[in-house]
Amino acid sequence: MSKTYYDPADLRKFGKITEWSKDLGEKFFEYYGKVFEEGALTAREKSLIALAVAHTEQCPYCIDAYTKDGLQRGVTKEEMMEAIHVGAAIKSGATLVHGVQMMNKVNKLDG
Amino acid sequence: MATKSLKKRESDLANSNKQLDILSNGIFKNGELPTFKDKISETGQFPLKAKKLEILQINVGYMCNQVCDHCHVDAGPDRKEIMTRDTMRECLEVIKNTGAHTLDLTGGAPEMNPDFRWFVEEAAKAGIKDFIVRSNLTIIRANKKYYDLPEFFKKHNVHVVSSMPHWTRGKTDKQRGDGVFDKSIRALQDLNAIGYGMPGSDLRLDLVYNPSGAFLPGDQTAMEKDFKKALKEDFDIDFHNLFAITNLPIARFLDYLIASENYEDYMYSLVEAYNPSAVENVMCTNTLSVSWDGYLFDCDFNQMLNLPVNSKAKHISEYNEELLEGRNIVISQHCYGCTAGAGSSCQGVVA
Repeated sequence: MSKTYYDPADLRKFGKITEWSKDLGEKFFEYYGKVFEEGALTAREKSLIALAVAHTEQCPYCIDAYTKDGLQRGVTKEEMMEAIHVGAAIKSGATLVHGVQMMNKVNKLDG
Repeated sequence: MATKSLKKRESDLANSNKQLDILSNGIFKNGELPTFKDKISETGQFPLKAKKLEILQINVGYMCNQVCDHCHVDAGPDRKEIMTRDTMRECLEVIKNTGAHTLDLTGGAPEMNPDFRWFVEEAAKAGIKDFIVRSNLTIIRANKKYYDLPEFFKKHNVHVVSSMPHWTRGKTDKQRGDGVFDKSIRALQDLNAIGYGMPGSDLRLDLVYNPSGAFLPGDQTAMEKDFKKALKEDFDIDFHNLFAITNLPIARFLDYLIASENYEDYMYSLVEAYNPSAVENVMCTNTLSVSWDGYLFDCDFNQMLNLPVNSKAKHISEYNEELLEGRNIVISQHCYGCTAGAGSSCQGVVA
Protein backbone atom coordinates (compact mmCIF):
# COMPACT_ATOMS: atom_id res chain seq x y z
CA MET A 1 0.00 0.00 0.00
CA SER A 2 1.09 3.49 -0.72
CA LYS A 3 2.20 5.53 2.28
CA THR A 4 0.46 8.64 0.97
CA TYR A 5 -3.14 9.24 0.01
CA TYR A 6 -2.29 10.88 -3.30
CA ASP A 7 0.16 9.68 -5.96
CA PRO A 8 0.44 11.79 -9.14
CA ALA A 9 0.92 8.60 -11.18
CA ASP A 10 -2.58 7.44 -10.12
CA LEU A 11 -4.17 9.99 -12.46
CA ARG A 12 -3.00 7.89 -15.42
CA LYS A 13 -4.87 4.94 -13.92
CA PHE A 14 -8.21 6.80 -13.74
CA GLY A 15 -9.57 4.73 -16.64
CA LYS A 16 -9.11 1.57 -14.60
CA ILE A 17 -12.22 2.34 -12.54
CA THR A 18 -14.20 0.73 -15.39
CA GLU A 19 -12.54 -2.60 -14.60
CA TRP A 20 -14.63 -3.10 -11.47
CA SER A 21 -17.84 -1.66 -12.85
CA LYS A 22 -17.74 -1.64 -16.61
CA ASP A 23 -21.12 -0.17 -17.56
CA LEU A 24 -21.16 2.63 -15.03
CA GLY A 25 -17.50 3.47 -15.64
CA GLU A 26 -17.89 3.60 -19.39
CA LYS A 27 -21.06 5.66 -19.14
CA PHE A 28 -19.28 8.10 -16.86
CA PHE A 29 -16.33 8.54 -19.24
CA GLU A 30 -18.64 8.93 -22.21
CA TYR A 31 -20.57 11.62 -20.35
CA TYR A 32 -17.34 13.26 -19.18
CA GLY A 33 -15.99 13.39 -22.72
CA LYS A 34 -19.23 14.88 -24.04
CA VAL A 35 -19.28 17.56 -21.36
CA PHE A 36 -15.92 18.91 -22.46
CA GLU A 37 -16.69 19.01 -26.16
CA GLU A 38 -17.18 22.34 -27.91
CA GLY A 39 -20.81 23.36 -27.32
CA ALA A 40 -22.60 26.55 -26.34
CA LEU A 41 -19.39 27.13 -24.37
CA THR A 42 -16.01 26.73 -26.02
CA ALA A 43 -13.73 23.91 -24.90
CA ARG A 44 -11.37 26.62 -23.66
CA GLU A 45 -14.07 28.19 -21.45
CA LYS A 46 -14.95 24.78 -20.08
CA SER A 47 -11.31 24.12 -19.29
CA LEU A 48 -11.14 27.30 -17.20
CA ILE A 49 -14.36 26.42 -15.35
CA ALA A 50 -12.91 22.96 -14.66
CA LEU A 51 -9.72 24.53 -13.32
CA ALA A 52 -11.66 26.76 -10.92
CA VAL A 53 -13.85 23.88 -9.74
CA ALA A 54 -10.75 21.64 -9.41
CA HIS A 55 -9.53 24.15 -6.82
CA THR A 56 -12.78 24.53 -4.93
CA GLU A 57 -13.02 20.72 -4.85
CA GLN A 58 -9.35 20.66 -3.85
CA CYS A 59 -8.72 17.74 -6.16
CA PRO A 60 -4.97 17.48 -6.83
CA TYR A 61 -5.46 15.21 -9.84
CA CYS A 62 -7.91 17.67 -11.39
CA ILE A 63 -5.58 20.60 -10.69
CA ASP A 64 -2.70 18.81 -12.47
CA ALA A 65 -4.94 17.81 -15.34
CA TYR A 66 -6.61 21.17 -15.97
CA THR A 67 -3.48 23.24 -15.50
CA LYS A 68 -1.87 21.19 -18.25
CA ASP A 69 -5.05 21.29 -20.31
CA GLY A 70 -5.09 25.10 -20.02
CA LEU A 71 -1.47 25.37 -21.14
CA GLN A 72 -2.25 23.17 -24.13
CA ARG A 73 -5.07 25.51 -25.07
CA GLY A 74 -2.85 28.58 -24.82
CA VAL A 75 -4.49 29.81 -21.60
CA THR A 76 -2.19 32.30 -19.85
CA LYS A 77 -1.21 32.10 -16.20
CA GLU A 78 -3.06 35.36 -15.55
CA GLU A 79 -6.27 33.81 -16.92
CA MET A 80 -5.73 30.71 -14.79
CA MET A 81 -5.24 32.70 -11.59
CA GLU A 82 -8.30 34.85 -12.28
CA ALA A 83 -10.38 31.72 -12.80
CA ILE A 84 -9.25 30.39 -9.43
CA HIS A 85 -10.22 33.69 -7.81
CA VAL A 86 -13.72 33.22 -9.19
CA GLY A 87 -13.85 29.87 -7.41
CA ALA A 88 -12.39 31.40 -4.25
CA ALA A 89 -14.90 34.27 -4.32
CA ILE A 90 -17.81 31.86 -4.55
CA LYS A 91 -16.32 29.72 -1.76
CA SER A 92 -15.84 32.67 0.57
CA GLY A 93 -19.15 34.20 -0.51
CA ALA A 94 -20.87 30.92 0.26
CA THR A 95 -19.37 31.00 3.74
CA LEU A 96 -20.23 34.61 4.38
CA VAL A 97 -23.75 34.56 2.98
CA HIS A 98 -24.53 32.02 5.74
CA GLY A 99 -23.76 34.90 8.07
CA VAL A 100 -27.29 36.06 7.35
CA GLN A 101 -28.59 32.78 8.75
CA MET A 102 -26.49 33.36 11.86
CA MET A 103 -27.83 36.89 12.13
CA ASN A 104 -31.41 35.65 11.73
CA LYS A 105 -30.89 33.09 14.46
CA VAL A 106 -29.31 35.59 16.83
CA ASN A 107 -32.17 38.00 16.22
CA LYS A 108 -34.71 35.28 16.89
CA LEU A 109 -33.07 33.90 20.01
CA ASP A 110 -31.72 37.09 21.47
CA GLY A 111 -33.69 39.82 19.75
CA MET B 1 17.12 31.18 -21.33
CA ALA B 2 20.01 29.40 -23.02
CA THR B 3 22.73 31.44 -24.68
CA LYS B 4 24.87 28.60 -26.02
CA SER B 5 24.11 25.40 -27.90
CA LEU B 6 24.48 22.04 -26.14
CA LYS B 7 27.38 21.42 -28.48
CA LYS B 8 29.19 24.57 -27.36
CA ARG B 9 28.46 23.71 -23.72
CA GLU B 10 29.97 20.26 -24.40
CA SER B 11 26.85 18.70 -22.93
CA ASP B 12 26.48 14.89 -23.08
CA LEU B 13 23.25 15.42 -24.93
CA ALA B 14 25.05 17.09 -27.84
CA ASN B 15 25.94 13.49 -28.71
CA SER B 16 23.11 11.90 -30.75
CA ASN B 17 24.01 8.42 -29.47
CA LYS B 18 23.46 9.59 -25.92
CA GLN B 19 20.02 10.90 -26.89
CA LEU B 20 19.12 7.61 -28.57
CA ASP B 21 20.30 5.74 -25.46
CA ILE B 22 17.94 7.74 -23.28
CA LEU B 23 15.06 7.16 -25.69
CA SER B 24 15.68 3.40 -25.78
CA ASN B 25 16.31 2.74 -22.10
CA GLY B 26 14.37 3.46 -18.89
CA ILE B 27 10.60 3.28 -19.27
CA PHE B 28 10.87 1.80 -22.78
CA LYS B 29 13.45 -0.82 -21.83
CA ASN B 30 11.59 -2.05 -18.76
CA GLY B 31 8.33 -2.38 -20.67
CA GLU B 32 6.47 0.31 -18.77
CA LEU B 33 5.75 1.92 -22.13
CA PRO B 34 5.74 0.17 -25.52
CA THR B 35 8.48 1.07 -28.00
CA PHE B 36 7.33 2.90 -31.12
CA LYS B 37 8.06 -0.20 -33.15
CA ASP B 38 5.81 -2.34 -30.92
CA LYS B 39 3.09 0.29 -30.96
CA ILE B 40 2.88 0.62 -34.75
CA SER B 41 3.14 -3.16 -35.08
CA GLU B 42 -0.13 -3.47 -33.14
CA THR B 43 -1.95 -1.92 -36.10
CA GLY B 44 0.19 -3.59 -38.76
CA GLN B 45 1.98 -0.35 -39.62
CA PHE B 46 5.51 -1.67 -39.16
CA PRO B 47 7.72 -1.18 -41.07
CA LEU B 48 6.84 2.38 -41.98
CA LYS B 49 7.56 2.83 -45.67
CA ALA B 50 8.29 5.94 -47.72
CA LYS B 51 5.61 6.75 -50.29
CA LYS B 52 6.04 9.03 -53.28
CA LEU B 53 8.22 12.04 -52.48
CA GLU B 54 6.22 15.26 -52.09
CA ILE B 55 8.42 17.48 -49.96
CA LEU B 56 12.14 18.04 -50.25
CA GLN B 57 13.38 19.74 -47.09
CA ILE B 58 16.88 21.18 -47.12
CA ASN B 59 18.67 22.30 -44.00
CA VAL B 60 21.15 24.95 -45.13
CA GLY B 61 22.93 25.20 -41.78
CA TYR B 62 22.61 25.11 -38.00
CA MET B 63 23.70 28.71 -37.42
CA CYS B 64 20.94 30.87 -35.93
CA ASN B 65 20.59 34.32 -34.37
CA GLN B 66 18.42 32.81 -31.63
CA VAL B 67 19.02 30.10 -29.00
CA CYS B 68 15.49 28.84 -28.32
CA ASP B 69 15.00 26.60 -25.29
CA HIS B 70 13.25 23.84 -27.18
CA CYS B 71 15.33 23.78 -30.38
CA HIS B 72 15.54 20.27 -31.86
CA VAL B 73 18.43 21.39 -34.08
CA ASP B 74 20.46 22.71 -31.14
CA ALA B 75 20.96 25.76 -33.35
CA GLY B 76 22.61 29.00 -32.31
CA PRO B 77 25.16 31.65 -33.23
CA ASP B 78 27.96 29.29 -32.19
CA ARG B 79 27.05 26.54 -34.70
CA LYS B 80 29.36 26.51 -37.69
CA GLU B 81 27.76 23.79 -39.81
CA ILE B 82 26.80 25.68 -42.97
CA MET B 83 25.91 24.33 -46.42
CA THR B 84 28.50 25.22 -49.05
CA ARG B 85 27.70 26.46 -52.54
CA ASP B 86 29.02 23.17 -53.93
CA THR B 87 26.48 21.18 -51.94
CA MET B 88 23.80 23.68 -52.96
CA ARG B 89 24.71 23.00 -56.60
CA GLU B 90 24.16 19.30 -55.99
CA CYS B 91 20.80 20.11 -54.39
CA LEU B 92 19.84 22.28 -57.36
CA GLU B 93 20.37 19.35 -59.73
CA VAL B 94 17.89 17.39 -57.66
CA ILE B 95 15.43 20.30 -57.36
CA LYS B 96 15.34 20.66 -61.14
CA ASN B 97 14.43 17.01 -61.65
CA THR B 98 12.36 16.09 -58.62
CA GLY B 99 8.71 15.08 -58.68
CA ALA B 100 8.22 16.80 -55.31
CA HIS B 101 5.72 19.67 -55.26
CA THR B 102 7.26 21.42 -52.24
CA LEU B 103 10.75 22.69 -51.55
CA ASP B 104 11.27 23.59 -47.90
CA LEU B 105 14.39 25.48 -46.74
CA THR B 106 15.18 25.41 -43.06
CA GLY B 107 18.04 25.78 -40.58
CA GLY B 108 19.10 27.35 -38.14
CA ALA B 109 18.20 30.66 -39.64
CA PRO B 110 18.56 29.81 -43.34
CA GLU B 111 19.09 33.49 -44.17
CA MET B 112 22.40 33.43 -42.28
CA ASN B 113 23.98 31.14 -44.84
CA PRO B 114 26.11 33.51 -46.97
CA ASP B 115 24.89 31.79 -50.15
CA PHE B 116 21.24 31.80 -49.10
CA ARG B 117 20.08 34.43 -51.60
CA TRP B 118 21.97 32.88 -54.47
CA PHE B 119 20.43 29.51 -53.63
CA VAL B 120 16.88 30.91 -53.45
CA GLU B 121 17.31 32.71 -56.79
CA GLU B 122 18.56 29.56 -58.48
CA ALA B 123 16.02 27.26 -56.82
CA ALA B 124 13.12 29.58 -57.71
CA LYS B 125 13.98 29.07 -61.39
CA ALA B 126 13.02 25.39 -61.10
CA GLY B 127 9.40 26.49 -60.70
CA ILE B 128 8.46 24.17 -57.86
CA LYS B 129 4.82 24.71 -56.88
CA ASP B 130 5.37 25.58 -53.24
CA PHE B 131 8.69 27.10 -52.20
CA ILE B 132 8.90 27.46 -48.41
CA VAL B 133 11.50 29.32 -46.38
CA ARG B 134 11.28 28.78 -42.62
CA SER B 135 12.16 32.19 -41.27
CA ASN B 136 12.31 32.92 -37.55
CA LEU B 137 11.08 36.53 -38.11
CA THR B 138 13.60 38.19 -35.79
CA ILE B 139 16.32 37.67 -38.41
CA ILE B 140 14.49 40.23 -40.55
CA ARG B 141 15.10 42.84 -37.82
CA ALA B 142 18.46 41.48 -36.60
CA ASN B 143 20.67 43.52 -38.91
CA LYS B 144 20.19 46.12 -41.65
CA LYS B 145 21.41 43.68 -44.28
CA TYR B 146 18.29 41.58 -43.62
CA TYR B 147 15.72 44.41 -43.66
CA ASP B 148 14.89 43.80 -47.32
CA LEU B 149 14.20 40.07 -46.84
CA PRO B 150 10.40 40.51 -47.14
CA GLU B 151 10.89 42.14 -50.57
CA PHE B 152 13.37 39.43 -51.54
CA PHE B 153 10.89 36.71 -50.55
CA LYS B 154 8.15 38.44 -52.50
CA LYS B 155 10.32 38.74 -55.62
CA HIS B 156 10.81 34.97 -55.66
CA ASN B 157 7.27 34.12 -54.58
CA VAL B 158 8.56 32.39 -51.46
CA HIS B 159 6.05 30.96 -48.99
CA VAL B 160 7.13 32.21 -45.56
CA VAL B 161 6.61 29.93 -42.55
CA SER B 162 7.54 31.45 -39.20
CA SER B 163 7.62 30.42 -35.57
CA MET B 164 5.44 32.30 -33.12
CA PRO B 165 5.03 30.47 -29.81
CA HIS B 166 2.31 32.69 -28.37
CA TRP B 167 0.39 35.89 -28.94
CA THR B 168 1.65 37.33 -25.65
CA ARG B 169 5.09 38.83 -25.05
CA GLY B 170 5.74 36.91 -21.82
CA LYS B 171 5.27 33.41 -23.19
CA THR B 172 7.13 34.18 -26.41
CA ASP B 173 10.20 35.70 -24.80
CA LYS B 174 10.38 32.95 -22.18
CA GLN B 175 10.85 30.37 -24.91
CA ARG B 176 12.74 32.28 -27.57
CA GLY B 177 14.62 35.01 -25.72
CA ASP B 178 14.12 38.59 -24.54
CA GLY B 179 12.92 40.98 -27.22
CA VAL B 180 11.91 38.21 -29.62
CA PHE B 181 8.22 39.07 -29.35
CA ASP B 182 8.57 42.75 -30.28
CA LYS B 183 10.93 41.98 -33.16
CA SER B 184 8.63 39.23 -34.45
CA ILE B 185 5.63 41.58 -34.36
CA ARG B 186 7.56 44.21 -36.30
CA ALA B 187 8.66 41.61 -38.87
CA LEU B 188 5.08 40.37 -39.30
CA GLN B 189 3.93 43.95 -39.85
CA ASP B 190 6.66 44.41 -42.47
CA LEU B 191 5.52 41.23 -44.23
CA ASN B 192 1.86 42.32 -44.09
CA ALA B 193 2.80 45.72 -45.49
CA ILE B 194 3.93 44.19 -48.80
CA GLY B 195 1.01 41.77 -49.00
CA TYR B 196 2.22 38.68 -47.13
CA GLY B 197 -0.46 36.93 -45.10
CA MET B 198 -3.27 39.23 -46.18
CA PRO B 199 -6.69 37.67 -46.78
CA GLY B 200 -6.85 36.39 -50.36
CA SER B 201 -3.17 37.15 -51.04
CA ASP B 202 -1.06 34.64 -52.96
CA LEU B 203 1.91 35.63 -50.81
CA ARG B 204 1.61 32.89 -48.21
CA LEU B 205 2.49 33.60 -44.60
CA ASP B 206 1.89 30.80 -42.12
CA LEU B 207 2.85 30.64 -38.47
CA VAL B 208 4.15 27.71 -36.50
CA TYR B 209 3.09 27.23 -32.91
CA ASN B 210 4.87 24.84 -30.62
CA PRO B 211 4.28 24.60 -26.87
CA SER B 212 6.57 26.53 -24.54
CA GLY B 213 6.95 23.63 -22.12
CA ALA B 214 6.30 19.98 -21.32
CA PHE B 215 2.80 19.77 -22.75
CA LEU B 216 1.24 18.94 -26.10
CA PRO B 217 -0.24 21.48 -28.51
CA GLY B 218 -3.98 22.09 -28.33
CA ASP B 219 -6.42 21.83 -31.20
CA GLN B 220 -4.85 23.50 -34.26
CA THR B 221 -8.07 25.14 -35.48
CA ALA B 222 -8.91 26.56 -32.04
CA MET B 223 -5.35 27.84 -31.58
CA GLU B 224 -5.42 29.46 -35.02
CA LYS B 225 -8.65 31.26 -34.10
CA ASP B 226 -7.13 32.55 -30.85
CA PHE B 227 -3.89 33.63 -32.55
CA LYS B 228 -5.75 35.42 -35.34
CA LYS B 229 -8.05 37.25 -32.97
CA ALA B 230 -5.27 38.38 -30.63
CA LEU B 231 -2.75 39.38 -33.31
CA LYS B 232 -5.43 41.29 -35.24
CA GLU B 233 -6.81 43.12 -32.21
CA ASP B 234 -3.49 43.94 -30.59
CA PHE B 235 -1.24 44.57 -33.60
CA ASP B 236 -3.43 44.57 -36.73
CA ILE B 237 -1.52 41.53 -38.02
CA ASP B 238 -2.89 39.07 -40.57
CA PHE B 239 -1.58 35.62 -41.45
CA HIS B 240 -2.95 32.61 -43.30
CA ASN B 241 -2.65 29.39 -41.31
CA LEU B 242 -1.28 28.23 -38.01
CA PHE B 243 0.61 24.93 -37.86
CA ALA B 244 0.54 23.38 -34.39
CA ILE B 245 3.69 21.31 -33.94
CA THR B 246 4.53 18.93 -31.10
CA ASN B 247 7.96 19.27 -29.48
CA LEU B 248 9.94 16.09 -30.08
CA PRO B 249 12.00 14.76 -27.17
CA ILE B 250 15.42 15.33 -28.70
CA ALA B 251 18.30 17.83 -28.37
CA ARG B 252 17.55 20.89 -26.24
CA PHE B 253 13.93 19.93 -25.59
CA LEU B 254 15.10 16.54 -24.28
CA ASP B 255 17.65 18.34 -22.12
CA TYR B 256 14.88 20.56 -20.75
CA LEU B 257 12.57 17.58 -20.11
CA ILE B 258 15.25 15.75 -18.14
CA ALA B 259 16.43 18.80 -16.18
CA SER B 260 12.85 19.75 -15.22
CA GLU B 261 11.97 16.12 -14.33
CA ASN B 262 9.24 16.07 -16.94
CA TYR B 263 10.73 13.43 -19.26
CA GLU B 264 8.71 10.41 -18.11
CA ASP B 265 5.41 12.27 -17.85
CA TYR B 266 5.95 13.78 -21.29
CA MET B 267 6.65 10.38 -22.85
CA TYR B 268 3.51 9.05 -21.16
CA SER B 269 1.51 11.95 -22.64
CA LEU B 270 2.86 11.19 -26.11
CA VAL B 271 2.17 7.46 -25.87
CA GLU B 272 -1.31 8.00 -24.39
CA ALA B 273 -2.17 10.38 -27.23
CA TYR B 274 -0.89 7.92 -29.86
CA ASN B 275 -3.13 7.99 -32.90
CA PRO B 276 -2.75 5.26 -35.56
CA SER B 277 -4.40 7.44 -38.20
CA ALA B 278 -1.65 10.02 -37.70
CA VAL B 279 0.84 7.25 -38.53
CA GLU B 280 -0.83 6.91 -41.94
CA ASN B 281 0.25 10.41 -42.93
CA VAL B 282 3.35 10.96 -40.86
CA MET B 283 5.66 13.32 -42.76
CA CYS B 284 8.63 10.95 -43.16
CA THR B 285 6.48 8.99 -45.62
CA ASN B 286 6.40 11.87 -48.12
CA THR B 287 9.41 14.00 -47.13
CA LEU B 288 13.14 13.78 -47.50
CA SER B 289 15.48 15.83 -45.35
CA VAL B 290 18.89 16.95 -46.63
CA SER B 291 21.52 18.01 -44.13
CA TRP B 292 23.94 20.95 -44.49
CA ASP B 293 26.61 18.54 -45.74
CA GLY B 294 24.29 16.84 -48.23
CA TYR B 295 23.32 13.65 -46.43
CA LEU B 296 19.79 12.27 -46.69
CA PHE B 297 17.43 11.58 -43.77
CA ASP B 298 13.79 10.58 -43.31
CA CYS B 299 13.12 13.83 -41.45
CA ASP B 300 14.85 16.78 -39.80
CA PHE B 301 14.64 14.98 -36.43
CA ASN B 302 16.43 11.88 -37.72
CA GLN B 303 19.01 14.25 -39.18
CA MET B 304 19.67 15.66 -35.71
CA LEU B 305 19.84 12.14 -34.25
CA ASN B 306 22.24 11.16 -37.02
CA LEU B 307 19.99 8.34 -38.25
CA PRO B 308 20.61 8.24 -42.03
CA VAL B 309 18.13 6.94 -44.60
CA ASN B 310 17.91 3.22 -45.04
CA SER B 311 18.85 3.29 -48.72
CA LYS B 312 21.83 2.86 -51.00
CA ALA B 313 21.46 6.52 -51.90
CA LYS B 314 22.74 8.22 -48.76
CA HIS B 315 23.94 11.53 -50.15
CA ILE B 316 22.41 14.20 -52.38
CA SER B 317 25.11 13.37 -54.97
CA GLU B 318 23.73 9.81 -55.17
CA TYR B 319 20.11 10.95 -55.18
CA ASN B 320 17.67 8.59 -56.85
CA GLU B 321 13.97 9.14 -56.26
CA GLU B 322 12.94 5.66 -57.40
CA LEU B 323 15.51 4.03 -55.15
CA LEU B 324 14.39 6.07 -52.15
CA GLU B 325 10.69 5.36 -52.63
CA GLY B 326 9.52 2.39 -50.60
CA ARG B 327 12.50 2.52 -48.23
CA ASN B 328 11.92 1.52 -44.61
CA ILE B 329 11.76 4.58 -42.37
CA VAL B 330 14.23 4.62 -39.46
CA ILE B 331 12.32 4.95 -36.20
CA SER B 332 12.88 5.35 -32.48
CA GLN B 333 10.81 6.57 -29.53
CA HIS B 334 11.02 10.24 -30.61
CA CYS B 335 8.61 9.28 -33.41
CA TYR B 336 5.77 9.30 -30.87
CA GLY B 337 6.01 13.10 -31.15
CA CYS B 338 4.62 12.98 -34.70
CA THR B 339 1.78 10.56 -33.93
CA ALA B 340 0.24 12.12 -30.81
CA GLY B 341 -3.29 13.48 -31.01
CA ALA B 342 -3.94 14.97 -34.42
CA GLY B 343 -0.32 14.23 -35.34
CA SER B 344 2.45 16.66 -36.07
CA SER B 345 4.58 17.55 -39.05
CA CYS B 346 6.38 20.58 -40.46
CA GLN B 347 3.02 21.35 -42.09
CA GLY B 348 1.08 21.01 -38.83
CA VAL B 349 -1.49 18.31 -38.01
CA VAL B 350 -1.78 15.23 -40.21
CA ALA B 351 -4.91 13.47 -38.90
